[in-house]
Amino acid sequence: MIRFEAVSKTYAAARGATGHAALREASLEVAQGEVFGVIGASGAGKSTLIRLINGLELPTGGKIIVDGDDVAALDVAGLRALRRRVGMIFQHFNLLSSKTVEQNVAFPLKLAGREPAQIKARTAELLARVGLSDHATKYPAQLSGGQKQRVGIARALATAPKVLLCDEATSALDPETTEQILALISDLNRELGLTIVLITHEMDVVRRVCDRVAVLEGGRVVEQGPVEEVFLHPASDTARRFVGEAEDASETALPAGVLVRLTFKGEATYKPVLGAVARETGVDYSILGGRIHKLRDAPYGQLTLALTGGDVEAAIARFEAADVRVDRLEAAR
Amino acid sequence: MSLFSNIDWADIGLATIDTLTMLGGSMALTVILGLPLGVILFLTGKGQMLENKAAHAGLGLLVNILRSVPFVILLIVMIPLTVLLVGTSLGVAGAIPPLVVGAAPFYARLVETALREVDKGVVEASFALGATRRQVVLGALLPEAMPGIIAGATVTAIALVSYTAMAGVVGAGGLGDLAIRFGYQRFQTDVMVVTVVLLLILVQVLQMVGDTVVRKVSHR
Repeated sequence: MIRFEAVSKTYAAARGATGHAALREASLEVAQGEVFGVIGASGAGKSTLIRLINGLELPTGGKIIVDGDDVAALDVAGLRALRRRVGMIFQHFNLLSSKTVEQNVAFPLKLAGREPAQIKARTAELLARVGLSDHATKYPAQLSGGQKQRVGIARALATAPKVLLCDEATSALDPETTEQILALISDLNRELGLTIVLITHEMDVVRRVCDRVAVLEGGRVVEQGPVEEVFLHPASDTARRFVGEAEDASETALPAGVLVRLTFKGEATYKPVLGAVARETGVDYSILGGRIHKLRDAPYGQLTLALTGGDVEAAIARFEAADVRVDRLEAAR
Repeated sequence: MSLFSNIDWADIGLATIDTLTMLGGSMALTVILGLPLGVILFLTGKGQMLENKAAHAGLGLLVNILRSVPFVILLIVMIPLTVLLVGTSLGVAGAIPPLVVGAAPFYARLVETALREVDKGVVEASFALGATRRQVVLGALLPEAMPGIIAGATVTAIALVSYTAMAGVVGAGGLGDLAIRFGYQRFQTDVMVVTVVLLLILVQVLQMVGDTVVRKVSHR
């Protein structure tokens, strides 16, 4: 649905100085119907990346294909047509304060020159979908942050787009509201088959809703893959930082033994594997760190252990037999 | 000597009508010219959608020149142009062109400032929703800036009230003219007091109406 081929974006600088490269040869592919996350610290190029998708920014190198169109090659009318197929929501909602909720949702339809009767029906349908039918005649200033973002979502969906771009859509919201908005985004993905690209600096958002994720650092895509892969086995330092690996082996005083990290997924998470293996192999373990959580709806657990005594190799083999992934960590001593 | 002995209420009435005519006529034209000028000033500014350094600097200079000429001088300097435009440089009709030329650049600056206050995110969102430039200006920028644009019109109308006082120079009449010729030059303090009170009421009414409308259109 969306393909970036070695896309670069350099902003012209004040005379003399070299330009600022926001994106360097970034390549990625977003499949139809998936929720794709882009995570990175501020200044990593996330905002630029998402704005390249609907042509709010144009690339200085490479190619961007969205829904079959080469974005940079589109003329003004083509770009507007593309933007009707690609909705967008924003961190600060960017609603028109001078228009009511209803008028905000109707705005893109008016821009597209739809019939008043059609606009009215579509607006009502959208407001019902995001649960704001009772607030149709209010102004944005009278709404809470979560309600404003719902208006933003209804507005973005007005022209029945295939893609929804979420620009830090939950960063200005409290945790509970974030949860609700993410749930709504997930529902829309499932019900409408909407392809969703969201940028965020919070790994938690990615963990909850994304199928795949790209990690951005200094304008480069340093890692991308299925969320569970990047989340449980981050390959880059940036990804590791976002995942927040508490078990930084070099910083804590470590007990003797073989350091391993066990990753449980799905069913294995709830099985009493640890005790059973310890009893069978005579291996003792100290837990150095761990987390148990959910990725979208699948449970997972990750434990960092120091194994001592008994038959360590046999224990590791037993874990693997029980569908537990074992990574040996270097004991940095 | 009784209170208000010098006052000819018919004169006061005529002067009031003259002031209101000058104000109404010049204000309407000021908005018609100043609003688009302010929009162009804004749109040609740095980082805006019609960014154009030369046009922005040129218009800015013109606006600043017109704003820096004292109104009394403008009134005189403009006489040939005024004759060309309205056929006379005298009376209420002769006062309106200089009033507009004095006030429109001032109003244009206030419009430009009001537009700059609009959240850039709203403009970006409008483009993202498929708006053309024209749609962004007419459908998003102007409605969002409307409270500031109306507050600016209020300030401009009040400035025009004080400009009309000087229009007596070209024989335009009006309350300010009455105050100068009778109240000041003939030491008729009562005329002075009555005209000043009437001007005060006019300014007060303008401000109140302006504030009410701003409150009506502001939903922040």
